[in-house]
Amino acid sequence: MIQKTKALNFGILLVASMIMIYPIIWWVGAAFKSNEEMSRPGLFPSALKWSNFIDGWHAIPNYSFTHFYSNSLFLMGVLIIVSVISSSLVAFGFARLDFPLRNFWFVILMGTLMLPAQVTIIPQYTMFNSLGWVNTYFPFIVPHALAGGIGGSFFVFLLIQFIRGIPKELDESAKIDGCSWFRIYWNIFLPLIKPALVTVIIYCFLWNWDDFFGQLLYIGKIDSYTVTLALRMMNDSQSATDWGQLLAMGLVSVLPSAILFFAAQKHFVDGIATTGLK
Amino acid sequence: MNAQARTENEQGKGARLKKNKKWETPWIGYAFISPWLAGILLFILWPMGQSLYFSFTDYPLLDAPKWIGIGNYTKMFTEDDLFWKSIKITIVFVVISVPLKLMFALFMAMLLKQSVKGMSLFRTAVYFPSLVGASIAIAMLWQNILGRDGFVVAILSWFGREPVSIINSPDTSLLSLIVLAVWQFGSSMVIFLAGLKQIPGSLYEASAIDGASKLRQFFKITLPMLSPVILFNLIMQVISAFQMFTQAFVITGGGPMNSTNVFALYLYERAFTRFEMGYASALAWILLVIIALVTVLIFATSRKWVFYETEGGK
Repeated sequence: MIQKTKALNFGILLVASMIMIYPIIWWVGAAFKSNEEMSRPGLFPSALKWSNFIDGWHAIPNYSFTHFYSNSLFLMGVLIIVSVISSSLVAFGFARLDFPLRNFWFVILMGTLMLPAQVTIIPQYTMFNSLGWVNTYFPFIVPHALAGGIGGSFFVFLLIQFIRGIPKELDESAKIDGCSWFRIYWNIFLPLIKPALVTVIIYCFLWNWDDFFGQLLYIGKIDSYTVTLALRMMNDSQSATDWGQLLAMGLVSVLPSAILFFAAQKHFVDGIATTGLK
Repeated sequence: MNAQARTENEQGKGARLKKNKKWETPWIGYAFISPWLAGILLFILWPMGQSLYFSFTDYPLLDAPKWIGIGNYTKMFTEDDLFWKSIKITIVFVVISVPLKLMFALFMAMLLKQSVKGMSLFRTAVYFPSLVGASIAIAMLWQNILGRDGFVVAILSWFGREPVSIINSPDTSLLSLIVLAVWQFGSSMVIFLAGLKQIPGSLYEASAIDGASKLRQFFKITLPMLSPVILFNLIMQVISAFQMFTQAFVITGGGPMNSTNVFALYLYERAFTRFEMGYASALAWILLVIIALVTVLIFATSRKWVFYETEGGK
Protein backbone atom coordinates (compact mmCIF):
# COMPACT_ATOMS: atom_id res chain seq x y z
CA MET A 1 0.00 0.00 0.00
CA ILE A 2 2.71 2.47 1.03
CA GLN A 3 4.86 1.29 -1.87
CA LYS A 4 1.97 1.91 -4.22
CA THR A 5 1.27 5.47 -3.06
CA LYS A 6 4.99 6.22 -3.22
CA ALA A 7 5.14 5.04 -6.81
CA LEU A 8 2.02 7.03 -7.64
CA ASN A 9 3.51 10.20 -6.06
CA PHE A 10 6.68 9.68 -7.99
CA GLY A 11 4.74 9.25 -11.23
CA ILE A 12 2.72 12.42 -10.70
CA LEU A 13 5.85 14.36 -9.80
CA LEU A 14 7.63 13.14 -12.89
CA VAL A 15 4.78 14.07 -15.24
CA ALA A 16 4.14 17.42 -13.58
CA SER A 17 7.75 18.51 -13.59
CA MET A 18 8.12 17.40 -17.20
CA ILE A 19 5.18 19.60 -18.18
CA MET A 20 6.59 22.48 -16.16
CA ILE A 21 10.05 22.31 -17.64
CA TYR A 22 9.10 21.32 -21.19
CA PRO A 23 8.81 24.89 -22.51
CA ILE A 24 12.27 25.65 -21.11
CA ILE A 25 13.84 22.59 -22.69
CA TRP A 26 12.06 23.33 -25.93
CA TRP A 27 13.48 26.85 -25.71
CA VAL A 28 17.04 25.53 -25.48
CA GLY A 29 16.49 23.45 -28.60
CA ALA A 30 14.66 26.24 -30.42
CA ALA A 31 17.57 28.63 -29.91
CA PHE A 32 19.49 26.40 -32.33
CA LYS A 33 16.64 25.96 -34.80
CA SER A 34 16.08 27.54 -38.16
CA ASN A 35 12.86 29.47 -38.69
CA GLU A 36 11.29 26.60 -40.67
CA GLU A 37 11.63 24.18 -37.77
CA MET A 38 10.47 26.65 -35.16
CA SER A 39 6.79 25.66 -35.08
CA ARG A 40 7.44 21.99 -34.39
CA PRO A 41 6.96 20.68 -30.86
CA GLY A 42 10.03 18.46 -31.20
CA LEU A 43 12.92 19.32 -28.95
CA PHE A 44 15.93 18.86 -31.16
CA PRO A 45 16.86 20.82 -34.26
CA SER A 46 17.99 18.79 -37.25
CA ALA A 47 21.20 20.80 -37.33
CA LEU A 48 22.62 23.12 -34.69
CA LYS A 49 22.33 26.64 -36.03
CA TRP A 50 25.04 28.42 -34.04
CA SER A 51 24.61 31.48 -36.23
CA ASN A 52 21.47 32.32 -34.21
CA PHE A 53 23.77 33.27 -31.37
CA ILE A 54 26.39 35.01 -33.48
CA ASP A 55 23.93 37.00 -35.60
CA GLY A 56 21.66 37.65 -32.63
CA TRP A 57 24.58 39.07 -30.68
CA HIS A 58 25.01 41.71 -33.41
CA ALA A 59 21.33 42.06 -34.38
CA ILE A 60 21.05 45.68 -33.27
CA PRO A 61 22.84 47.89 -35.79
CA ASN A 62 26.05 49.59 -34.56
CA TYR A 63 25.92 47.77 -31.22
CA SER A 64 26.59 44.30 -29.96
CA PHE A 65 25.22 42.60 -26.91
CA THR A 66 28.65 42.94 -25.33
CA HIS A 67 27.78 46.60 -24.87
CA PHE A 68 24.36 45.87 -23.32
CA TYR A 69 25.75 43.22 -21.02
CA SER A 70 28.42 45.56 -19.74
CA ASN A 71 25.72 48.21 -19.16
CA SER A 72 23.54 45.75 -17.27
CA LEU A 73 26.36 44.27 -15.25
CA PHE A 74 27.68 47.71 -14.34
CA LEU A 75 24.22 48.80 -13.18
CA MET A 76 23.67 45.57 -11.22
CA GLY A 77 27.07 45.89 -9.57
CA VAL A 78 26.38 49.42 -8.37
CA LEU A 79 22.86 48.56 -7.22
CA ILE A 80 24.07 45.55 -5.27
CA ILE A 81 26.83 47.48 -3.49
CA VAL A 82 24.63 50.41 -2.47
CA SER A 83 21.75 48.10 -1.49
CA VAL A 84 23.89 45.91 0.75
CA ILE A 85 25.35 48.89 2.58
CA SER A 86 22.14 50.91 2.97
CA SER A 87 19.81 48.04 3.85
CA SER A 88 22.17 46.52 6.43
CA LEU A 89 22.76 49.92 8.05
CA VAL A 90 19.03 50.61 8.32
CA ALA A 91 18.21 47.09 9.46
CA PHE A 92 20.80 47.32 12.22
CA GLY A 93 19.22 50.58 13.38
CA PHE A 94 15.75 49.06 13.51
CA ALA A 95 16.83 45.80 15.13
CA ARG A 96 19.30 47.04 17.74
CA LEU A 97 18.85 50.71 18.51
CA ASP A 98 16.20 52.39 20.60
CA PHE A 99 14.80 55.65 19.32
CA PRO A 100 11.51 57.58 19.35
CA LEU A 101 8.81 56.47 16.89
CA ARG A 102 10.71 53.31 16.04
CA ASN A 103 7.54 51.21 15.93
CA PHE A 104 5.76 53.82 13.85
CA TRP A 105 8.51 53.79 11.20
CA PHE A 106 8.57 50.01 11.30
CA VAL A 107 4.86 49.95 10.42
CA ILE A 108 5.58 52.32 7.53
CA LEU A 109 8.32 49.98 6.38
CA MET A 110 5.91 47.06 6.39
CA GLY A 111 3.35 49.16 4.55
CA THR A 112 5.78 49.93 1.73
CA LEU A 113 6.24 46.19 1.23
CA MET A 114 2.67 46.08 -0.04
CA LEU A 115 2.41 49.48 -1.71
CA PRO A 116 1.74 49.21 -5.44
CA ALA A 117 4.45 51.06 -7.36
CA GLN A 118 1.89 52.74 -9.61
CA VAL A 119 0.93 55.18 -6.86
CA THR A 120 4.39 56.73 -6.73
CA ILE A 121 5.61 56.19 -10.27
CA ILE A 122 4.15 59.33 -11.85
CA PRO A 123 5.44 61.89 -9.32
CA GLN A 124 8.75 60.04 -9.24
CA TYR A 125 8.94 60.29 -12.98
CA THR A 126 8.18 64.02 -12.99
CA MET A 127 10.72 64.51 -10.19
CA PHE A 128 13.50 62.63 -11.99
CA ASN A 129 12.52 64.35 -15.21
CA SER A 130 12.90 67.82 -13.69
CA LEU A 131 16.22 66.80 -12.13
CA GLY A 132 17.45 65.79 -15.58
CA TRP A 133 17.91 62.18 -14.47
CA VAL A 134 15.88 60.57 -17.25
CA ASN A 135 18.29 58.65 -19.51
CA THR A 136 20.74 58.17 -16.67
CA TYR A 137 21.01 55.38 -14.11
CA PHE A 138 20.34 57.72 -11.18
CA PRO A 139 16.60 56.81 -10.93
CA PHE A 140 17.78 53.30 -10.03
CA ILE A 141 20.91 54.03 -8.02
CA VAL A 142 19.69 56.83 -5.75
CA PRO A 143 16.57 55.02 -4.40
CA HIS A 144 18.62 51.87 -3.81
CA ALA A 145 21.28 53.87 -1.99
CA LEU A 146 18.48 55.05 0.31
CA ALA A 147 17.36 51.49 1.09
CA GLY A 148 14.50 51.78 -1.38
CA GLY A 149 14.05 50.84 -5.02
CA ILE A 150 13.11 47.36 -6.12
CA GLY A 151 13.14 45.06 -3.11
CA GLY A 152 14.56 47.74 -0.77
CA SER A 153 11.98 47.41 2.01
CA PHE A 154 12.09 43.65 1.66
CA PHE A 155 15.85 43.59 2.15
CA VAL A 156 15.62 45.77 5.25
CA PHE A 157 12.87 43.56 6.65
CA LEU A 158 14.79 40.36 5.91
CA LEU A 159 17.94 41.68 7.59
CA ILE A 160 15.98 42.92 10.63
CA GLN A 161 14.60 39.41 11.09
CA PHE A 162 18.08 37.96 10.76
CA ILE A 163 19.73 40.41 13.18
CA ARG A 164 17.01 39.78 15.78
CA GLY A 165 18.15 36.18 15.87
CA ILE A 166 21.65 37.17 17.00
CA PRO A 167 22.16 37.17 20.80
CA LYS A 168 22.11 40.63 22.37
CA GLU A 169 24.95 39.79 24.76
CA LEU A 170 27.26 40.21 21.81
CA ASP A 171 26.67 43.93 21.29
CA GLU A 172 26.34 44.53 25.04
CA SER A 173 29.79 43.17 25.75
CA ALA A 174 31.23 45.09 22.81
CA LYS A 175 29.56 48.18 24.22
CA ILE A 176 31.19 47.63 27.60
CA ASP A 177 34.53 47.33 25.83
CA GLY A 178 33.93 50.82 24.52
CA CYS A 179 33.01 50.00 20.95
CA SER A 180 30.98 52.66 19.12
CA TRP A 181 27.68 51.60 17.56
CA PHE A 182 29.08 52.09 14.11
CA ARG A 183 32.03 49.83 14.85
CA ILE A 184 29.70 47.23 16.34
CA TYR A 185 27.73 47.33 13.09
CA TRP A 186 30.77 47.35 10.83
CA ASN A 187 33.18 45.02 12.63
CA ILE A 188 30.85 42.63 14.42
CA PHE A 189 27.50 42.49 12.67
CA LEU A 190 28.42 42.78 9.00
CA PRO A 191 30.53 39.59 9.15
CA LEU A 192 27.81 37.83 11.17
CA ILE A 193 24.98 38.58 8.78
CA LYS A 194 26.88 37.49 5.68
CA PRO A 195 24.47 34.64 4.86
CA ALA A 196 21.55 37.05 4.84
CA LEU A 197 23.54 39.53 2.77
CA VAL A 198 24.10 36.84 0.18
CA THR A 199 20.33 36.46 -0.04
CA VAL A 200 20.03 40.23 -0.49
CA ILE A 201 22.63 40.18 -3.25
CA ILE A 202 20.86 37.36 -5.05
CA TYR A 203 17.42 38.94 -4.99
CA CYS A 204 18.79 42.41 -5.76
CA PHE A 205 20.40 40.98 -8.87
CA LEU A 206 17.44 38.86 -9.95
CA TRP A 207 14.72 41.47 -9.51
CA ASN A 208 16.68 44.30 -11.05
CA TRP A 209 17.92 42.16 -13.90
CA ASP A 210 14.31 41.26 -14.73
CA ASP A 211 12.91 44.72 -14.03
CA PHE A 212 11.22 45.95 -17.14
CA PHE A 213 8.90 48.75 -16.13
CA GLY A 214 11.57 50.98 -14.57
CA GLN A 215 14.07 50.53 -17.37
CA LEU A 216 11.37 51.13 -19.95
CA LEU A 217 10.51 54.44 -18.27
CA TYR A 218 13.91 55.86 -17.53
CA ILE A 219 16.30 54.61 -20.20
CA GLY A 220 15.62 55.90 -23.69
CA LYS A 221 19.07 56.10 -25.29
CA ILE A 222 20.27 52.96 -27.04
CA ASP A 223 23.74 53.68 -25.77
CA SER A 224 22.65 53.10 -22.17
CA TYR A 225 20.24 50.23 -22.95
CA THR A 226 20.32 47.22 -20.67
CA VAL A 227 19.98 43.64 -21.88
CA THR A 228 16.25 43.73 -21.13
CA LEU A 229 15.70 46.79 -23.29
CA ALA A 230 17.89 45.49 -26.08
CA LEU A 231 15.80 42.31 -26.18
CA ARG A 232 12.64 44.34 -26.32
CA MET A 233 14.06 46.38 -29.18
CA MET A 234 14.94 43.21 -31.07
CA ASN A 235 11.49 41.85 -30.39
CA ASP A 236 9.75 44.97 -31.70
CA SER A 237 11.90 45.56 -34.73
CA GLN A 238 12.01 42.09 -36.19
CA SER A 239 8.76 40.51 -35.03
CA ALA A 240 8.29 37.09 -36.59
CA THR A 241 11.28 37.54 -38.88
CA ASP A 242 13.92 35.69 -36.95
CA TRP A 243 12.69 33.82 -33.94
CA GLY A 244 15.86 31.76 -33.71
CA GLN A 245 17.96 34.82 -32.95
CA LEU A 246 15.39 36.23 -30.52
CA LEU A 247 15.08 33.00 -28.56
CA ALA A 248 18.85 32.53 -28.57
CA MET A 249 19.44 35.98 -27.14
CA GLY A 250 16.60 35.53 -24.65
CA LEU A 251 18.15 32.28 -23.50
CA VAL A 252 21.53 33.92 -22.98
CA SER A 253 19.83 36.69 -21.01
CA VAL A 254 18.48 34.31 -18.35
CA LEU A 255 21.80 32.52 -17.97
CA PRO A 256 23.14 34.82 -15.22
CA SER A 257 20.02 34.22 -13.12
CA ALA A 258 20.17 30.48 -13.74
CA ILE A 259 23.85 30.27 -12.82
CA LEU A 260 23.21 32.30 -9.68
CA PHE A 261 20.37 29.97 -8.75
CA PHE A 262 22.40 26.80 -9.14
CA ALA A 263 25.37 28.29 -7.33
CA ALA A 264 23.34 29.41 -4.32
CA GLN A 265 20.22 27.24 -4.08
CA LYS A 266 20.26 27.13 -0.32
CA HIS A 267 20.12 30.89 0.03
CA PHE A 268 17.06 31.04 -2.19
CA VAL A 269 15.04 28.86 0.08
CA ASP A 270 16.34 30.74 3.12
CA GLY A 271 15.36 34.06 1.61
CA ILE A 272 11.88 32.94 0.69
CA ALA A 273 11.30 31.18 3.97
CA THR A 274 12.28 34.15 6.15
CA THR A 275 9.77 36.47 4.49
CA GLY A 276 6.86 35.45 6.63
CA LEU A 277 7.54 32.31 8.52
CA LYS A 278 8.96 31.48 11.86
CA MET B 1 7.73 35.78 14.55
CA ASN B 2 4.72 37.83 15.65
CA ALA B 3 4.72 36.52 19.17
CA GLN B 4 8.43 37.17 19.47
CA ALA B 5 8.08 40.74 18.22
CA ARG B 6 5.22 41.32 20.64
CA THR B 7 7.15 40.22 23.72
CA GLU B 8 10.10 42.31 22.64
CA ASN B 9 7.81 45.29 22.36
CA GLU B 10 6.33 44.74 25.76
CA GLN B 11 9.73 44.43 27.35
CA GLY B 12 10.77 47.62 25.62
CA LYS B 13 7.72 49.44 26.92
CA GLY B 14 8.23 48.23 30.47
CA ALA B 15 11.84 49.34 30.51
CA ARG B 16 10.87 52.70 29.05
CA LEU B 17 8.21 53.37 31.69
CA LYS B 18 10.72 52.76 34.45
CA LYS B 19 13.20 55.16 32.95
CA ASN B 20 10.51 57.79 32.43
CA LYS B 21 10.43 57.58 28.63
CA LYS B 22 14.07 57.95 27.84
CA TRP B 23 15.43 56.31 24.74
CA GLU B 24 18.80 54.68 24.94
CA THR B 25 20.10 55.77 21.58
CA PRO B 26 17.78 58.37 20.05
CA TRP B 27 20.32 60.21 17.88
CA ILE B 28 22.49 57.35 16.76
CA GLY B 29 19.32 55.39 16.02
CA TYR B 30 18.09 58.05 13.65
CA ALA B 31 21.57 58.30 12.15
CA PHE B 32 21.40 54.61 11.25
CA ILE B 33 17.96 54.72 9.67
CA SER B 34 18.48 58.13 8.06
CA PRO B 35 19.12 56.78 4.53
CA TRP B 36 15.87 54.86 4.61
CA LEU B 37 14.04 57.78 6.20
CA ALA B 38 15.25 60.15 3.49
CA GLY B 39 14.28 57.62 0.84
CA ILE B 40 10.83 57.04 2.26
CA LEU B 41 10.13 60.77 2.51
CA LEU B 42 11.56 61.67 -0.90
CA PHE B 43 10.51 58.71 -2.99
CA ILE B 44 7.42 57.31 -1.27
CA LEU B 45 5.52 59.64 1.07
CA TRP B 46 6.06 62.91 -0.82
CA PRO B 47 5.26 61.31 -4.22
CA MET B 48 2.15 59.71 -2.71
CA GLY B 49 0.92 63.10 -1.59
CA GLN B 50 1.77 64.57 -4.95
CA SER B 51 0.03 61.82 -6.84
CA LEU B 52 -3.08 62.32 -4.73
CA TYR B 53 -2.95 66.01 -5.63
CA PHE B 54 -2.31 65.25 -9.33
CA SER B 55 -5.35 63.00 -9.36
CA PHE B 56 -7.51 66.10 -8.86
CA THR B 57 -5.83 68.00 -11.68
CA ASP B 58 -5.47 68.11 -15.42
CA TYR B 59 -1.74 67.58 -15.90
CA PRO B 60 -0.28 67.06 -19.38
CA LEU B 61 3.35 66.72 -18.13
CA LEU B 62 4.72 69.74 -19.99
CA ASP B 63 2.25 72.22 -18.50
CA ALA B 64 1.62 72.84 -14.82
CA PRO B 65 -1.16 70.81 -13.17
CA LYS B 66 -4.56 72.54 -13.26
CA TRP B 67 -7.05 71.85 -10.47
CA ILE B 68 -10.26 70.25 -11.74
CA GLY B 69 -11.63 68.80 -8.50
CA ILE B 70 -13.08 65.33 -8.83
CA GLY B 71 -13.27 65.70 -12.63
CA ASN B 72 -10.93 62.78 -13.34
CA TYR B 73 -12.88 60.47 -11.08
CA THR B 74 -16.30 61.38 -12.49
CA LYS B 75 -14.96 60.97 -16.02
CA MET B 76 -13.54 57.59 -15.10
CA PHE B 77 -16.73 56.28 -13.56
CA THR B 78 -19.21 57.72 -16.04
CA GLU B 79 -17.55 58.04 -19.44
CA ASP B 80 -14.54 55.76 -19.59
CA ASP B 81 -15.59 52.34 -20.91
CA LEU B 82 -11.97 51.17 -21.09
CA PHE B 83 -11.57 51.83 -17.37
CA TRP B 84 -14.43 49.48 -16.55
CA LYS B 85 -13.21 46.95 -19.06
CA SER B 86 -9.69 46.92 -17.65
CA ILE B 87 -11.04 46.55 -14.11
CA LYS B 88 -13.14 43.62 -15.22
CA ILE B 89 -10.21 41.97 -17.00
CA THR B 90 -7.89 42.48 -14.05
CA ILE B 91 -10.40 41.00 -11.61
CA VAL B 92 -10.94 37.99 -13.87
CA PHE B 93 -7.17 37.56 -14.07
CA VAL B 94 -6.72 37.78 -10.29
CA VAL B 95 -9.71 35.61 -9.38
CA ILE B 96 -8.71 32.80 -11.73
CA SER B 97 -4.91 32.88 -11.65
CA VAL B 98 -4.28 33.28 -7.91
CA PRO B 99 -6.38 30.36 -6.58
CA LEU B 100 -5.14 28.07 -9.36
CA LYS B 101 -1.57 29.06 -8.66
CA LEU B 102 -1.94 28.40 -4.93
CA MET B 103 -3.69 25.08 -5.50
CA PHE B 104 -0.91 23.83 -7.78
CA ALA B 105 1.69 25.18 -5.36
CA LEU B 106 0.14 23.36 -2.41
CA PHE B 107 -0.39 20.16 -4.36
CA MET B 108 3.21 20.01 -5.56
CA ALA B 109 4.54 21.02 -2.15
CA MET B 110 2.71 18.08 -0.59
CA LEU B 111 4.17 15.72 -3.14
CA LEU B 112 7.65 17.13 -2.63
CA LYS B 113 7.37 16.95 1.15
CA GLN B 114 7.79 13.20 1.07
CA SER B 115 11.39 12.40 0.47
CA VAL B 116 11.51 10.86 -2.97
CA LYS B 117 14.49 10.04 -5.13
CA GLY B 118 15.71 13.03 -7.09
CA MET B 119 13.70 15.41 -4.93
CA SER B 120 16.01 18.37 -5.48
CA LEU B 121 15.89 17.82 -9.23
CA PHE B 122 12.08 17.91 -9.20
CA ARG B 123 12.10 20.97 -7.00
CA THR B 124 14.44 22.75 -9.37
CA ALA B 125 12.33 21.84 -12.39
CA VAL B 126 9.18 23.15 -10.78
CA TYR B 127 10.81 26.26 -9.34
CA PHE B 128 12.73 27.29 -12.44
CA PRO B 129 9.80 28.91 -14.30
CA SER B 130 9.19 31.34 -11.46
CA LEU B 131 12.89 32.11 -11.20
CA VAL B 132 13.03 33.57 -14.69
CA GLY B 133 9.30 34.17 -15.16
CA ALA B 134 9.32 37.93 -14.75
CA SER B 135 11.91 38.45 -17.46
CA ILE B 136 11.17 39.74 -20.91
CA ALA B 137 12.83 36.61 -22.33
CA ILE B 138 10.06 34.43 -20.92
CA ALA B 139 7.46 36.77 -22.33
CA MET B 140 9.09 36.38 -25.74
CA LEU B 141 9.20 32.61 -25.37
CA TRP B 142 5.51 32.61 -24.52
CA GLN B 143 4.77 34.85 -27.46
CA ASN B 144 6.43 32.30 -29.71
CA ILE B 145 4.97 29.05 -28.40
CA LEU B 146 1.41 30.40 -28.18
CA GLY B 147 1.59 32.39 -31.40
CA ARG B 148 0.19 31.28 -34.75
CA ASP B 149 3.28 29.24 -35.60
CA GLY B 150 3.96 28.09 -32.07
CA PHE B 151 4.19 24.46 -31.09
CA VAL B 152 1.28 24.63 -28.65
CA VAL B 153 -1.00 25.64 -31.49
CA ALA B 154 0.43 22.78 -33.53
CA ILE B 155 -0.26 20.28 -30.75
CA LEU B 156 -3.79 21.57 -30.17
CA SER B 157 -4.55 21.32 -33.87
CA TRP B 158 -3.98 17.54 -33.64
CA PHE B 159 -7.01 17.54 -31.39
CA GLY B 160 -9.07 19.46 -33.90
CA ARG B 161 -8.53 23.03 -32.75
CA GLU B 162 -8.26 25.49 -35.58
CA PRO B 163 -4.62 26.51 -36.01
CA VAL B 164 -5.01 30.13 -35.00
CA SER B 165 -2.84 32.06 -32.59
CA ILE B 166 -3.81 31.70 -28.94
CA ILE B 167 -2.54 35.13 -27.95
CA ASN B 168 -4.16 36.90 -30.88
CA SER B 169 -7.72 35.68 -30.42
CA PRO B 170 -9.76 37.76 -27.99
CA ASP B 171 -11.33 34.61 -26.52
CA THR B 172 -8.08 33.00 -25.44
CA SER B 173 -5.58 35.84 -25.05
CA LEU B 174 -6.34 36.47 -21.38
CA LEU B 175 -6.26 32.72 -20.79
CA SER B 176 -2.70 32.58 -22.11
CA LEU B 177 -1.62 35.20 -19.57
CA ILE B 178 -3.39 33.27 -16.81
CA VAL B 179 -1.62 30.06 -17.79
CA LEU B 180 1.70 31.90 -17.81
CA ALA B 181 1.02 33.22 -14.30
CA VAL B 182 -0.06 29.82 -12.96
CA TRP B 183 3.03 28.21 -14.50
CA GLN B 184 5.09 30.32 -12.10
CA PHE B 185 3.73 28.79 -8.90
CA GLY B 186 7.24 27.82 -7.77
CA SER B 187 7.91 30.56 -5.25
CA SER B 188 4.58 30.00 -3.47
CA MET B 189 5.37 26.31 -3.48
CA VAL B 190 8.69 26.83 -1.72
CA ILE B 191 6.91 28.80 1.00
CA PHE B 192 4.29 26.05 1.37
CA LEU B 193 7.06 23.49 1.56
CA ALA B 194 8.71 25.37 4.43
CA GLY B 195 5.31 25.60 6.14
CA LEU B 196 4.54 21.91 5.72
CA LYS B 197 7.84 20.99 7.34
CA GLN B 198 6.78 22.89 10.47
CA ILE B 199 3.74 20.68 11.06
CA PRO B 200 4.67 18.12 13.74
CA GLY B 201 4.60 14.57 12.40
CA SER B 202 3.09 13.40 15.70
CA LEU B 203 -0.25 14.95 14.67
CA TYR B 204 -0.44 12.68 11.64
CA GLU B 205 0.71 9.62 13.60
CA ALA B 206 -1.85 10.17 16.35
CA SER B 207 -4.70 10.68 13.90
CA ALA B 208 -3.65 7.64 11.88
CA ILE B 209 -3.91 5.52 15.03
CA ASP B 210 -7.41 6.91 15.50
CA GLY B 211 -8.18 5.72 11.99
CA ALA B 212 -8.32 9.03 10.13
CA SER B 213 -8.10 8.75 6.36
CA LYS B 214 -5.55 10.69 4.29
CA LEU B 215 -8.30 12.98 3.03
CA ARG B 216 -9.51 13.69 6.53
CA GLN B 217 -5.96 14.35 7.68
CA PHE B 218 -5.58 16.86 4.86
CA PHE B 219 -8.70 18.81 5.82
CA LYS B 220 -8.38 18.50 9.59
CA ILE B 221 -4.62 18.79 10.06
CA THR B 222 -2.75 20.03 6.99
CA LEU B 223 -5.09 22.83 5.96
CA PRO B 224 -5.64 24.33 9.44
CA MET B 225 -1.97 24.08 10.38
CA LEU B 226 -0.95 25.63 7.10
CA SER B 227 -3.59 28.35 7.06
CA PRO B 228 -1.30 31.21 8.21
CA VAL B 229 1.02 30.39 5.31
CA ILE B 230 -1.93 30.19 2.92
CA LEU B 231 -3.02 33.64 4.08
CA PHE B 232 0.47 35.04 3.51
CA ASN B 233 0.76 33.53 0.02
CA LEU B 234 -2.77 34.60 -0.88
CA ILE B 235 -2.17 38.23 0.03
CA MET B 236 1.23 38.47 -1.67
CA GLN B 237 -0.06 36.84 -4.84
CA VAL B 238 -3.24 38.93 -4.99
CA ILE B 239 -1.26 42.15 -4.60
CA SER B 240 1.19 41.26 -7.34
CA ALA B 241 -1.51 39.89 -9.66
CA PHE B 242 -3.36 43.21 -9.52
CA GLN B 243 -0.19 44.89 -10.79
CA MET B 244 0.62 42.48 -13.62
CA PHE B 245 2.31 44.48 -16.38
CA THR B 246 5.35 43.08 -18.21
CA GLN B 247 3.69 40.00 -19.66
CA ALA B 248 0.67 41.87 -20.96
CA PHE B 249 2.86 44.65 -22.33
CA VAL B 250 5.25 42.35 -24.20
CA ILE B 251 3.09 39.39 -25.19
CA THR B 252 -0.22 40.95 -26.16
CA GLY B 253 0.28 44.69 -25.79
CA GLY B 254 -3.20 44.79 -24.27
CA GLY B 255 -4.85 43.44 -27.40
CA PRO B 256 -6.53 42.01 -29.31
CA MET B 257 -9.47 44.37 -28.91
CA ASN B 258 -8.31 45.31 -25.40
CA SER B 259 -9.01 41.78 -24.20
CA THR B 260 -5.81 41.81 -22.13
CA ASN B 261 -5.69 45.50 -21.29
CA VAL B 262 -5.07 44.95 -17.59
CA PHE B 263 -5.24 47.86 -15.19
CA ALA B 264 -1.50 48.51 -14.86
CA LEU B 265 -1.15 48.51 -18.62
CA TYR B 266 -4.05 50.89 -19.09
CA LEU B 267 -2.52 53.19 -16.49
CA TYR B 268 0.85 53.07 -18.26
CA GLU B 269 -0.74 53.95 -21.56
CA ARG B 270 -2.62 56.94 -20.10
CA ALA B 271 0.48 58.19 -18.31
CA PHE B 272 3.33 57.55 -20.70
CA THR B 273 1.82 57.41 -24.17
CA ARG B 274 -0.89 60.04 -23.78
CA PHE B 275 0.90 61.91 -20.97
CA GLU B 276 -2.33 62.41 -19.04
CA MET B 277 -0.56 62.45 -15.70
CA GLY B 278 -3.57 63.70 -13.74
CA TYR B 279 -5.92 61.05 -15.05
CA ALA B 280 -3.29 58.33 -14.64
CA SER B 281 -2.71 59.39 -11.03
CA ALA B 282 -6.42 59.04 -10.38
CA LEU B 283 -6.24 55.53 -11.87
CA ALA B 284 -3.31 54.73 -9.58
CA TRP B 285 -5.28 55.77 -6.51
CA ILE B 286 -8.22 53.64 -7.60
CA LEU B 287 -5.80 50.72 -7.91
CA LEU B 288 -4.45 51.42 -4.42
CA VAL B 289 -7.96 51.58 -2.98
CA ILE B 290 -8.96 48.32 -4.69
CA ILE B 291 -5.86 46.51 -3.46
CA ALA B 292 -6.29 47.90 0.06
CA LEU B 293 -9.98 46.90 0.14
CA VAL B 294 -9.27 43.39 -1.08
CA THR B 295 -6.43 42.97 1.42
CA VAL B 296 -8.60 44.19 4.30
CA LEU B 297 -11.38 41.88 3.15
CA ILE B 298 -9.05 38.88 3.09
CA PHE B 299 -7.74 39.77 6.55
CA ALA B 300 -11.29 40.19 7.87
CA THR B 301 -12.38 36.77 6.62
CA SER B 302 -9.10 35.22 7.77
CA ARG B 303 -10.38 35.22 11.35
CA LYS B 304 -12.81 32.56 10.27
CA TRP B 305 -10.36 30.27 8.53
CA VAL B 306 -6.85 30.98 9.76
CA PHE B 307 -5.78 28.89 12.70
CA TYR B 308 -3.12 30.24 15.06
CA GLU B 309 -1.62 27.69 17.35
CA THR B 310 -0.70 30.26 20.00
CA GLU B 311 -4.35 31.17 20.55
CA GLY B 312 -5.18 27.59 21.32
CA GLY B 313 -7.46 27.35 18.29
CA LYS B 314 -11.23 27.47 18.26
